[in-house]
Amino acid sequence: MTAALIEANGLVKHYGEFVAVDDISFAIQEGECFGVLGPNGAGKTTTIRMITGTSPVTQGHLRVAGLDVAVEPRRVKAVLGVVPQDDNLDPDLLVRQNLEVYARYFGLGRETVRQRIDEALELFHLDDRAQSNVDELSGGMQRRLTIARALVNAPKVLILDEPTTGLDPQARHLVWQQLRLLKSRGVTMLLTTHYMEEATHLCDRLVIMNRGKILIEGRPHDLIAKVAGPQVLELRLPLSERDELIAEFVHGDDITVEQVGDLTYVYGGGEASSMAAERVGDPHRAHLRPGNMEDVFLLLTGRGLLD
Amino acid sequence: MVLSLRPDISSGAFRVWQRNRDATLRNWKTEFLGIAVEPFAVILALGLALGKFVELENGEEYVQFLTPGLLALFPMFASTFECAWGSYVRLEMQGTYESIIATPISVDDVITGEIMWGTTRALVNGTYILLVALLLNPWLHMVDSPWALLVIPVGVLPGLLFSSISIAFASIARAMSHFAYFFTLVINPMFWFGGAFFPFEDMPRWVQIIGWFVPLKHVIDIYRGLINGNLEWSMLGSLAWLAVVTAAFYVLAVQLMRRRLIH
Repeated sequence: MTAALIEANGLVKHYGEFVAVDDISFAIQEGECFGVLGPNGAGKTTTIRMITGTSPVTQGHLRVAGLDVAVEPRRVKAVLGVVPQDDNLDPDLLVRQNLEVYARYFGLGRETVRQRIDEALELFHLDDRAQSNVDELSGGMQRRLTIARALVNAPKVLILDEPTTGLDPQARHLVWQQLRLLKSRGVTMLLTTHYMEEATHLCDRLVIMNRGKILIEGRPHDLIAKVAGPQVLELRLPLSERDELIAEFVHGDDITVEQVGDLTYVYGGGEASSMAAERVGDPHRAHLRPGNMEDVFLLLTGRGLLD
Repeated sequence: MVLSLRPDISSGAFRVWQRNRDATLRNWKTEFLGIAVEPFAVILALGLALGKFVELENGEEYVQFLTPGLLALFPMFASTFECAWGSYVRLEMQGTYESIIATPISVDDVITGEIMWGTTRALVNGTYILLVALLLNPWLHMVDSPWALLVIPVGVLPGLLFSSISIAFASIARAMSHFAYFFTLVINPMFWFGGAFFPFEDMPRWVQIIGWFVPLKHVIDIYRGLINGNLEWSMLGSLAWLAVVTAAFYVLAVQLMRRRLIH
């Protein structure tokens, strides 16, 4: 097995008294898409800031491509492609200039990257906008340009901080499609998100973070099977009727029942859950559906409002 | 890392300079218009129109007295606008610094490149004004000595100085409106009382003592000496003082901006 491209060991970040990242460890292998899933304030962006050298590590070790981030920030940043949460394209430059000037920050001349930029513009469907002003682009186009920009130095790892936050569904799906394409070309990715669908679709492996800690790590489908179970029963019934139903069908050690507002979630019910759903007979009141990442996430981080 | 006093500078500073050059050249027409028209307005309004009512002790025409000030003031404004407002926009509104420091370029490179660019603008501006003065010389006698050509290379120092002061302020500003403090309390007093518009020697003694610390006064003293061809040893003292203040504000700007961006 080759050395990990990004390796965090006992990583800690304090802001005064506040602990933003609390002793996390993970390793990202070459060619992998690794997800960090968590609510706002979980420590995702802080973790990324430590990797990209804009936030000094309080404690622990962080290596990128074998280089210590604290010791060789320039060499580390040379092998990273960073897509920040908020687009920070250069509005003073045209679309193509954005890529050329960014390549120059890496010491790459215009001739060296000419072909790479042509390909990136084509791949992200921006080739006919090469001479546009950045602020004439739609939100989705700006996002794609930001991703294209992060690729001009042919990075070893592409780091995406909530790449589709704020995009409409069409734009989001286009970005996903392009990220999958990059993945199929062997680009290693680190992705933070609070979209469960995004994490399930794109990530080979992910961690769920909450309050600075990693709660769980695994492959998306393994996590769903392990935490939420293959099927989840959603009940919208009066309490007495609900209790009766649960008492009759759904009991056992592996079963979790959660009440949220007027909704009841039954996890791990297996065969019993489908029988209960059949008994009610109305999919609006008893809905049996496959478990998903959202179940895993909410079971682990709680359904309360975190802010 | 943040506390290290030694600046961490690479060729990245030049890349930042190039970025600013490219961004400015995109709007070169607007940029050029401002540079081109302003000195004429001042020469006409102050030098000639107001100058009619001014009689100087040494018999100089007022427009001649005004020339060193023109060569100092407009470049000062060029670098302060660039590195105060311009830098703040890039830092805070556009996220340009954030995007640059995600590449192998350091915060120190960014600051250094910005200051180099602010200085470049001052030099372009100063060179243009000197050309205008030389062009008008047959009529207005604004320049007396070939030493005046040294105003261009010497102008690097005030360019660095005013760029550094401005970006140091930009690094602590939290809103666009904060620049009112900077311009009202720092730049405008220098503009009016730096010795550009009236002889500093006529001021009360205590004003002169305070004035000695004001960088712009030294810039104007040096330029006046070069333009009139009256070279004095005190000009070296002025240069040294400018160098000290420049170095101090450069280090300050780097420290403050590291704190702002790396946390």
